[in-house]
Amino acid sequence: MDQNELQAIAEKERKSRKPIRVSCCTAAGCLSSNSQAVLDNLRAEVKVAAIDGRVDVCSVGCMKLCSRGPLVRVADGGGRRDQLKDAVLYESVQPDDVAPVIRAIVDGGRADIPVADRSHPFFSRQKPIVLENCGWVEPERIESYIEAGGYRALHYVLREMTPEQVLKEVTQSGLRGRGGAGFPAGVKWALVAKTPSDKKYVVCNADEGDPGAFMDRSVLESDPHRVLEGMAIAAYAVGAAQGYIYIRGEYPLAINRLQTAIRSAKRMGLIGGHIMDSPFDFNVDLRIGAGAFVCGEETALMASIEGKRGAPTPRPPYPAEHGLWGHSTLINNVETLANVAPILRNGADWFASVGTEKSKGTKVFALAGKIRNTGLIEVPMGITLREIVEDMGDGIPDGRVKAVQTGGPSGGCIPTEHLDTPVDYESLAALGSIMGSGGMIVMDEKTNMVDVARFFMEFCMDESCGKCIPCRAGTVQMHGLLQKICDGNATPDDLALLEDLCDMVRHTSLCGLGQTAPNPVMSTLRFFRHEYENLLRKEAILT
Amino acid sequence: MTVTTLTINGELVSASPGASVLEAARENGVEIPTLCELEGISSAGACRLCLVEISGTPRLQPACVTAATEGMEVQTDSERLNRYRRMILELLFAERNHICPVCVANGHCELQSRAIENGMDHVRFSYQHPDLSVDITHERFGIDQDRCILCTRCVRVCDELEGAHTWDVAGRGTKSRVITDLNQPWGESDTCTSCAKCVEACPTGAIFRKGSSVGEMEHRRDRIRFIADARKKKEWSP
Repeated sequence: MDQNELQAIAEKERKSRKPIRVSCCTAAGCLSSNSQAVLDNLRAEVKVAAIDGRVDVCSVGCMKLCSRGPLVRVADGGGRRDQLKDAVLYESVQPDDVAPVIRAIVDGGRADIPVADRSHPFFSRQKPIVLENCGWVEPERIESYIEAGGYRALHYVLREMTPEQVLKEVTQSGLRGRGGAGFPAGVKWALVAKTPSDKKYVVCNADEGDPGAFMDRSVLESDPHRVLEGMAIAAYAVGAAQGYIYIRGEYPLAINRLQTAIRSAKRMGLIGGHIMDSPFDFNVDLRIGAGAFVCGEETALMASIEGKRGAPTPRPPYPAEHGLWGHSTLINNVETLANVAPILRNGADWFASVGTEKSKGTKVFALAGKIRNTGLIEVPMGITLREIVEDMGDGIPDGRVKAVQTGGPSGGCIPTEHLDTPVDYESLAALGSIMGSGGMIVMDEKTNMVDVARFFMEFCMDESCGKCIPCRAGTVQMHGLLQKICDGNATPDDLALLEDLCDMVRHTSLCGLGQTAPNPVMSTLRFFRHEYENLLRKEAILT
Repeated sequence: MTVTTLTINGELVSASPGASVLEAARENGVEIPTLCELEGISSAGACRLCLVEISGTPRLQPACVTAATEGMEVQTDSERLNRYRRMILELLFAERNHICPVCVANGHCELQSRAIENGMDHVRFSYQHPDLSVDITHERFGIDQDRCILCTRCVRVCDELEGAHTWDVAGRGTKSRVITDLNQPWGESDTCTSCAKCVEACPTGAIFRKGSSVGEMEHRRDRIRFIADARKKKEWSP
């Protein structure tokens, strides 16, 4: 496989396209509202109407506006991506709505079905880098990804760049880990590259587990090859020959599409031995998680890949030094790896021109909660929470925003008076929350913040692995105290004890799960302390 | 690896090559409380009692798995550390059914000793009172889950020294249990060699010799180090 062959595949793919392209979302969100039946009907009706000569029906990934699924997009323009702006995006398409859609294509009009306003900030404020192919490429066809420019960056890297140059490019881009902590990706790569080790591994962390988060799932379901390409480039840069994608078992569709992607990439010589006729070998295998949130923590994840109980071990040693089976290992989140190919295709300066001084690029969020437009958004770093919630999300159906929760069970709640905070690692941390992996839950005024803290504590309690005492027993006690407060049975002493516990669990737990488990409590105490105090027993306050 | 010089609680001390902070402290007569650590087997860093403050490191570090390095400044004893240690012990006492007056290990229990040494004289947390089982199907030994603190010494000693790996941990969070084989009764275990290393290693009265009455269960925990030294260093010093 060389540049010419890649181009030939892309050319063939382009030529095979018909004038009209009908795309139906078959990512998990739309599938759960019956988009498979819509797709099947589309295929059948196109044949019935005898327009299959000029209409392509494609199964594509996420088209962002998940709350209005199933989404169907009709685009004329010969299957050219630059013509997409004139496309019609039908909302909530039911299997019965397919006939009018097809009739509209035949008659050259528009069906009487709700159509999404594509000039709305929900779409117009997005800055797609990670999601550039989302909803366009067909995730189960590698040709579609190659047509969209896929594997071009890998080819360029293997032919034109030394591993050192790749490291330099990624470092210069300012890309930071998208899993939550925001560690500079270039530094992490360089650590692994510089560590002497006879074998090295690259691991893609796809164990997305925060409640309300579905960014990584959407990327893997919509554009799996992008992650493979990013992994291969990372492996080349650090000197690894084997990669693992650790994906949670709750994502069967993503697993399925990844398997298809790996198989077709191998068949084309884009993964495997002597990739693109270079001396570089790289294999990827899937490892499927069995439902433990803690396995997203890198040491627990590695234990799980090795076939051991998924429990974390103290760091240091870090995976770069002592990773899988004792070898140097690079672990990056799905979204981090999905940023790699565009960075090498367009250059570090291009990437660094997006975002803020310390947080470069974009961030994908799963916008959820009490908000009109829920779905997948990719926004430049530095955008304010208000723009996301009020403009893109279109606000709360009835009532006002009370708080925005970011970072899942490790994050915190940002109150409405801080909605003008820019979304970047430092600003969110200053408010006691975290960027996190990209879950963003909007809460309205009816939300009981103590109950929110209790919910997240229950999650941490259930997901604690049980290895270290502060997390195992501390979360149980914190949950008990929060329950007591919610039930109106707590005294001021209980609240003081809860705060003591938060401090202790945060500073003494073994891994990130325990260390951050008190965050939802601490952040709600910081901004909504009166809600806790209002629930305390009155007589105890008087004494 | 060479000998290192470091500061522990303001005193300049030396540490043997490759020593952990915990070993360095012990070499120099400084006591750091531990529960999951046991000489002769690997350290897990799980009980968090041995957390120490190290200058220049924002997080508290477990002394048992942190290597002593040249010029390191360690604080093993501070108001904050002691407060955290007492809380950890309180959490343990509240987690399962630790009733010292009727325990076979009363007076020989590391959990009890740590509580006394660290001034843990009451428990502020609500007792969980879990409904737990006792397994006395083994011919000579028994395990009372009520007294288990999940230190995993039994798991490590069985795996690392005996090579049987009879013990392991099942479940997660507060529902974790140490189990024998595939969670079958100990007496029906195919892998158990009845070597009693787990019995000697257990810090509390959870794993006991049958026939022991209150306060009679004395663990010979130093035997674990003796076996490990004999095996690895060919030294038979008692």
